[in-house]
Formats: sequence, structure tokens, C-alpha cells
Amino acid sequence: MQLYRNLSIRQKQVVWAWGFLAVPIVFYVSIRFYPTANAVILSFMDWNLLGDKTWIGFENYVKLVQDPVFWKVFGNTFLYLIIGTPLSLVVSFVIAYHLDKVRFMHGTIRALYFLPFMTSAVAMAWVWRWFYQPVPIGLFNNFLASLGLQQVAFLNSTTNALPSVLAPAVWAGLGFQVIIFMAGLRAIPKTYYEAARIDGVSTWTVLWEITLPLLRPTIVFLVVFSSIGFLRIFDHVFNMTTNNPGGPLNSTKPLVLMIYDTAFNSFDMGYAAAQTVVLFTVLLCVSLLQLRLLRDR
Amino acid sequence: MFSNVKSWALGASVGAIGLLGTAAQAVEIEYWQYFFEARVTAMDTLIENFEAANPDITVKMTHFPYADYRTKVAAAIPAGEGPDVVQLFYGWLNDYVDAELIQPLPTDVFPPDRIEAEFFPMVSAMRRDDAYMALPTAVRSLALFYNERLFEEAGFAEAPKTLDELIEMGKAMTKRDAAGNVTQVGLTTGMTGQDHHWFREVLTRQFGGNPYADGYRQVNYNDDAGSKALQFYMDLEKVHGLTQSGFMDEAQAAFKAGRAAMHIDGSFRIGALNDTRGLKWGVAELPAGPDGTKSNYSSYWVNAITTKAEGEKYEAAVKFMDYITSDEAMQVWIDTVGELPAKPSAALTEANASDPIYGPFIRGLEYANTTIFANESEQRQILVDMVSRVELEGQSVADSLAAAAAAEQALLNEYYGD
Repeated sequence: MQLYRNLSIRQKQVVWAWGFLAVPIVFYVSIRFYPTANAVILSFMDWNLLGDKTWIGFENYVKLVQDPVFWKVFGNTFLYLIIGTPLSLVVSFVIAYHLDKVRFMHGTIRALYFLPFMTSAVAMAWVWRWFYQPVPIGLFNNFLASLGLQQVAFLNSTTNALPSVLAPAVWAGLGFQVIIFMAGLRAIPKTYYEAARIDGVSTWTVLWEITLPLLRPTIVFLVVFSSIGFLRIFDHVFNMTTNNPGGPLNSTKPLVLMIYDTAFNSFDMGYAAAQTVVLFTVLLCVSLLQLRLLRDR
Repeated sequence: MFSNVKSWALGASVGAIGLLGTAAQAVEIEYWQYFFEARVTAMDTLIENFEAANPDITVKMTHFPYADYRTKVAAAIPAGEGPDVVQLFYGWLNDYVDAELIQPLPTDVFPPDRIEAEFFPMVSAMRRDDAYMALPTAVRSLALFYNERLFEEAGFAEAPKTLDELIEMGKAMTKRDAAGNVTQVGLTTGMTGQDHHWFREVLTRQFGGNPYADGYRQVNYNDDAGSKALQFYMDLEKVHGLTQSGFMDEAQAAFKAGRAAMHIDGSFRIGALNDTRGLKWGVAELPAGPDGTKSNYSSYWVNAITTKAEGEKYEAAVKFMDYITSDEAMQVWIDTVGELPAKPSAALTEANASDPIYGPFIRGLEYANTTIFANESEQRQILVDMVSRVELEGQSVADSLAAAAAAEQALLNEYYGD
């Protein structure tokens, strides 16, 4: 106590500042950084959860590089990203752009778009899974069959399965992105549009020269946010392919599902940790790259 | 007055000694299993009976959802927490023995010779050197479930006895709409269900092979017999059109919905089917192979004493193990859960063997084989992919079989460390 009393006001402020800062620092160190560091160390070990951990150096990473399933899964993960992110952004922007102009039942329509985002991913994945089934229970295939068309193998196909799994994931995220886009659109000052109208500029030019450039921060946020989401996709894939996780023939398996499988079905914790480290690195690189590319110059 | 005080003091001290005495003697042991309602009910009954016979022991049961069970057990025991007696899948035994998480059963109470004489032969997989590490209360086998209404409709009186009959009857009970889309299957298929066991332990043997060698460390199905077995399996859909893989998402769902005439599944399905209203079903032994060979696959959950149990807890755990592997416990288990007793003496009683539902499963036990898995879900996945490659990528049966055998051998080699 004596020590504290001898401090100057400035020093006391510093003590208090660190006192408050200590709470989140302790939290992050114990809940985030410590386990992360642990996972990195674990990735150099062989551990089946039951026995002792043994240090095996880079063996897990060597195994990873040589594992054809890993490269397949790595490719899938990027397919989810490359198809999912642009598609969801374009669709949600189109919806937001037009919804912004609609006055009639605006709130209701907006709520309808937001509804899927509030639904549990597991329930949604199962409903879509049944939609995709062949005749006699699949909604889509029953519809096709009633028109006399050939059935489509949505999930039981190495080419169709990934887009089929991705579709509900995109659909579920739309509501959130629409809301963010609309907030972005509302934030653009009306004066720019008025000036453009006085100048007699076409709607197209207004969109390209005013709306999109001014939406840049919104777009940056959504690109980074949805990219991370698609790189981490798990629940939709897992629930739509529970019988053959990530199948058929690993065609829908994302990295996170592979990690889950390695850790909790094969109990190869070290190998799973190595995969996690790779995922972490990829997420970090992608996010940094996007931030750099889309940053305001 | 004085004598009153004296007697009060005496009574109190005797009571206190009595309390202390029981406190010192009452041993509580912990038992873990995964949550499945019938199993928990059965275990409650067993614990009640056991505690009545052994008033100085109490058993506390803890259960977890199946999805978390293995992880919880694996995390708790090394940490010195968790159960004294634990239920494990037989395929996990190696990992638990290697990690020294369970201890051998004492040979005075569980002499290996007696166990070998009393239990069904597949239980011998639980023996390590001169002692048994774990013992089951109940075992499971496969059988052919059939829908009696669809059989009646097609004019069949009884279930197919051979694979040829299976094909003929399956074809007769498959229905398609005008566009040729399957709306009812003769037989459900899908390696994701029990078919991978049917392929491994039943079909390859029936076509003259032996799926594994060297105590299940060597894959042996990549031969003529394996090839014929896989060809037979693929032809069910491709040539005979009596099934469709992934029909109605899951095989048992199609059977439950009355859209499948026949369905191969384990005895653990009985309970769920009993609860399905409006479904009339029967059970038959798996169809015999071309030369009359019968085979079956059986699996089981075992109970083991963990290394955590020491001293009087160990004594209590041994007593408890002895009780839950008794004939009486096995009868409770079949009556409540529907799983088959692990001893012929309990299984082959008049009532059980002639039971129309349990009978075929119990008869199957006599010629059943138990695969010793290194990693069941991975090994299943290999067979799932084997069928997918033929079905979706047009790979030849021989090539796909060879690839599956190579993948499974690599997995076994890694597991057994050579």
C-alpha cells in the first residue's frame, strides 16, 4: 500500500490502466494463446489420447504432405472459399441493392431474408439433406420426376456433392450479409446521388462510381468474414454426409472435418494438431492478403 | 436415572461404532457406460440386484452420449478420475491394454479355462497371455430382417435361405414408378451400415475366402473369393436392380418406412423396430452361400476393471464384474435391451433359442466371426470408398478391391507398428 501511495498520479493511472487491461490479457492468454501454443507443440508429437506423448519432430507434417487425402481436402476447402465467397457476396449485394429501394413491406421482407441466419445450421443441413434425396423422399427429385425429368444425384456424386452442400451454407449466410450491405448502403451520403442525378449520370455509372467504391469498407469486412466462414465450413458438410463423412470419396470433405475425423475417430491427436496448424496458417494468410488487397489506398 | 444415562451412553456408543463400521465397509465403485435408454435401465436393474446381495457395496453409474463416450473415457482414466469398472467396445481393447488403463481380471475368479468353456468362442479375443482383460455381458450378431406384409403381397411364405433366393425374392419385391425410379427396394444396401461386416466376414467366406490372416493383421480378401464377393455385392444394384444405394438416405429408415422388403442389421435394431407402429416384421438367419457356407459377424461391448480401482474398491469391482457376467445378468440384459447373452448356457435356453426374434441371431452366434479392428470407422470407410469407386467412378471391381486391400493393409501396418 505504501508503495502505491508513493506513486505519482501519472504512475497511478498506468497502474490502473494495466489493472483493467490485465483481465482480457489473462483471459486471452489462458483461453486462446496457451491452447494455441499447446496445439503447435502437440503437432510435433505422437499421441493417441490414452498413452504417453512422444516427440516425433516433423513426422506429422511429412505425413501430411504425402497424404493424398490431405491435398484433396485442401482443394475442397479452397473450392468452398472460391465458389462460396463471391457467390454469396454478389447475391446478397443484389438483394440488398434492390431491397433498399423497396418501401412495401420492407421490414417483413428483410426479416424473411434474415430468418435462415437465425436457424440452427444442423436442423437446416438435415432438411436440405432430405430435399436432395432421390425419389421417393427427396423434394427436388420428386419434382423432377413428376415433370418426367431424370433424377439428379445431388449428394451421391463426386461432382455434384460439393455444390449441393455449399448451397444451403450460402443461403444461410445471406441474411446476415444483406443486413450488413443495407447498413452500408444507408451510410452513403444522399448528396452524392443528388449530384449525380443533376449531372444526368446513368444508374450503371452511379453504381460503379459511387455506390461500390463507397461500400468498400463494408465489402472488405464481408469478404474477410465470409472467407473465414467458408474456410472453416464444417457443420453443413458433417450433417449432410454423416453416414459417409465428407464423402462420397472425400469429394465434400473440408479441412475442419478432416481434423475432426483424425482427432475424434482415429484419435491421432498429433496429426490432427498438425492439420490444425496448417488451417490456422491458411486462415491467417488469406485474411492478411485480403486486408492488404482491399485496403483503402 | 443413572442406569438410564448409562444405557443411553451405551446405546449411543454402540450406534456410533455401528455407523463407523458401516462407513468403513461401504465401498462405492463407479461404473461408466454410454447412454442408450434400454442399456441404462438394464444396468439399473443389475446394480439394484447386486447391491441387494452385497449391502456393503454401492455402485454409481454414470453415462454419456455415445458421441462423447470414447473421448470422455480416454480423457478421464489417465487423469486418475472416472470409473472403476468401464464398458468398452471390444475393438478398443488393444489401445486400453497398451496404455495400461485396464487391469487383467484375477484368474482365481475368472480362470481362462473356465471362460473359454463357458463363453461363446469369439470372446477369446479378450484374452491376453494367461488372463482375460475384459468380458462381455451381451453380444450382437447379424440377421436378415424382412417385412412380412411385403412378403405376403409377393406370395412368399418364408425368408430366403440362400444368396440365390435372396436375389430372386429381392427382384420380385422391388417396385419402380413409370419412369423407372425405384420406389421400393427388395434389399437395402449401403456399406455405411452393417454391410461392411456382411462383406468382410460373411460374403468373402461364402465365396471361399478368408478375409484376414495372421490374427487380423494381414488383409487377405484381395483374391478370387473377395473379387467374387464384391462382384456379387455390386451386381445387386447394377445387374439385378433389386436395391439402390442410399435409398431413402439410410437403410434402416427405408425398412422402418415399409419401403424395403429385406434389411440386414444387428440385434441392436430390434428395440427400434419394436417401437415402429404398423410395421410387421420377422427375422431370419443370413442367407447361406453358394456352397451352403453360413457365416455371421458378431461384436460386443465388454466390461473391464480400470487401473484406478485399488484395494477394497478393486475387491468390489471384481465382485461386480463377476455378477454382470453371470447367467442371471445376461437374462436381464436380453429381456431389457434385446442383446444376446454371451454364454451358450444363457443364450441357448429353450425360451431364447426358440424365440422367433432372438432365435436367428442366437443361431448365428454359433458360426459367427469377430473382426479385430484396428480402427473400425477408418476400416469401414475404406470399404465405403471401395464401393463408391466402382459405383461413381466406374473403376473395375478387381482394381477397387486391390486398392481397398492396400489401404487397409497400410492402416493395419501403421497400427501394429511394422
